Amino acid sequence: MSKGILYDATLCIGCKQCESACAQQNELPYDEKVAAESVQTDHKFTTVLTKDDKFMRRLCQHCEHPACASACPVGAFHKTADGPVVYDVWKCIGCRYCMMACAFSQPKYEWGKLNPRVRKCIMCPDRVSAGKATACAEACPTGATKFGDHDALIAEAKDRIKQNPANYVDHIYGLNEVGGTSVLLLSAIPFEQFGLPKIDRVGDVALPEYTGRVMNLMPDFIPLWGLVLGGVYWVTNRRKEVEEVEAEEKAMRGGK
Amino acid sequence: MTIMNVKVTFWRVLFVVIMIVGLYSTYVRYLHGLGAVSNMNDQFPWGLWIGFDCLCGIMLAAGGFCITGAVYIFHVERLHCIVRPTILTAFLGYLLFIVGLLFDLGRPWFIWHQMIYINLHSVMFEVGTCVMVYTTVLLLEFVPNVLERFNLVGPIRWVKKIYPVLVCLGILLSTLHQSSLGSLFLIFPEKMHAFWYTPALPFFFFLSAIACGLAMTIFESTLSSRVFGRGLERSVITELGGALYVVLWVIALLRVQDYMHRKVYMDIFKPSYESYFLWAELTLAFVIPLFMLSFKKVRTNSNLLYIASLSTLLGFVTNRLNVAMTSMETWVGHHYLPSFTEVSITLMICAMGFFLFNMAVRFLPIFEDEHAAAHVEPAIQIGEVPQHSLVN
Repeated sequence: MSKGILYDATLCIGCKQCESACAQQNELPYDEKVAAESVQTDHKFTTVLTKDDKFMRRLCQHCEHPACASACPVGAFHKTADGPVVYDVWKCIGCRYCMMACAFSQPKYEWGKLNPRVRKCIMCPDRVSAGKATACAEACPTGATKFGDHDALIAEAKDRIKQNPANYVDHIYGLNEVGGTSVLLLSAIPFEQFGLPKIDRVGDVALPEYTGRVMNLMPDFIPLWGLVLGGVYWVTNRRKEVEEVEAEEKAMRGGK
Repeated sequence: MTIMNVKVTFWRVLFVVIMIVGLYSTYVRYLHGLGAVSNMNDQFPWGLWIGFDCLCGIMLAAGGFCITGAVYIFHVERLHCIVRPTILTAFLGYLLFIVGLLFDLGRPWFIWHQMIYINLHSVMFEVGTCVMVYTTVLLLEFVPNVLERFNLVGPIRWVKKIYPVLVCLGILLSTLHQSSLGSLFLIFPEKMHAFWYTPALPFFFFLSAIACGLAMTIFESTLSSRVFGRGLERSVITELGGALYVVLWVIALLRVQDYMHRKVYMDIFKPSYESYFLWAELTLAFVIPLFMLSFKKVRTNSNLLYIASLSTLLGFVTNRLNVAMTSMETWVGHHYLPSFTEVSITLMICAMGFFLFNMAVRFLPIFEDEHAAAHVEPAIQIGEVPQHSLVN
């Protein structure tokens, strides 16, 4: 059963317990200085953004069809059956195509290191496979970040909007975006105000489809184009040979 | 002025300066990491090195497959005299692309993972594999020059036998990776400006590679005829100019069709940050060369043809930089400008290209018409210093 995270901004109090728990889980430094940082970096996989009295949490969306996994030439990313999109650093060659491909700009890079890694939220795969909630969900004092079965969370998100339509923007961010994501977001104000990509801009098409359309042509294109080239070579070469023989015959006849 | 028997010229001094600055930047790159040497960051993970060294480098090296294809597959024998310099340009282009990649990759020491951890869905995997195999093909196409230089007749015969296969393979691989460089960008439609994001990107990348292959051949033939003081195959470059004219028209019409189809043509005329860059690109790549090449006087005048091809090259370089950088700036919300050290490494790689081309021409029978006697005796005695400059 695929797992997921539901973040409900209307329940969030901006305490940043999730940030601190995430840092501890991933063995990252966390102090007041890091807490004050409002952008995700190689040492901050999740961040709670504030706008007036509203909050929004940013973390990897864990797409159903991750663009990063499709883009990576060495397959360093993959989505596990449980839902997390994880990263195998030992495969990575550092091309950073994953960072380009991600619509949510989640993969971050260790720009200052000599053997840099891509860093992002990996949805605590060890905890999840052991049947536990993610560190952030466990730490959340208000239940704003909730961990559970993906389908149950979708139903709950729909229900919350239905129960309190005045409290929410009528949209579950991540339900259909880029073909659906394991992380679902609910908010009282439009998501793009927190820097999330506009809903109509990202669309509902799974991003790997755009490149897949071209890549799927390859098995047909390669033998066909190879045949055409070989055929043209054969024809022009044959013509040249015939011309040479004819010229020779002509010369011989002329000689007689 | 001479120092230690080497004549000091402007180009040699420039070369040394570029190399010293470039080596300093190399030191920074490998001792302090990508962050210290470049202006790339989490918002702009790809910068000048991908935009220019990789995208443009591969495009400018496309002459190899265009000319070998015309000569060996379509048997356009009159172009035979430019095959060797064109293959040399392509071979150096791909080698330098790999050098550029070793700077750009975060973990270049794992570049070989490409061969064992295969992801068939990845466009990057396809590009990498094709480039790897094609560089090998180019090496085999190039190696007869070296064999000839040392009078190794046996292996030359062996290479000659498989030459048509090599050329076919070269075109096939080039078609794949030249177009796939465009496919790389298809996966982030949301990030790119509508001027440059089109599902037809792979077609445009392939066609612009052909245009630049032709333009680069004209550029390189004219330049080397001047630098090395050798005769120019006027009829050949006139013919290439004609072909370039046709290819440019095809691309221009397809670009117009694409803009009409996606209904963005009205935005082109509205002044905006992106449209300035688009105007620059379209002017250099289409307006100037198409206007110039439409006159027969231009196509038969090597100086004017040189200018037209240079404009084409600059135009398509602008196009690729636009695709790789300009198109993303609005999405990201700030501008990217390469750092001084980033630029210096790109310059160093270009300078290495000119230097290696020069060395190859001096020591190998690249211009076969002049070195037809290479089988009998080496054309240039080692140790003999030609009068022309070392670089360029």
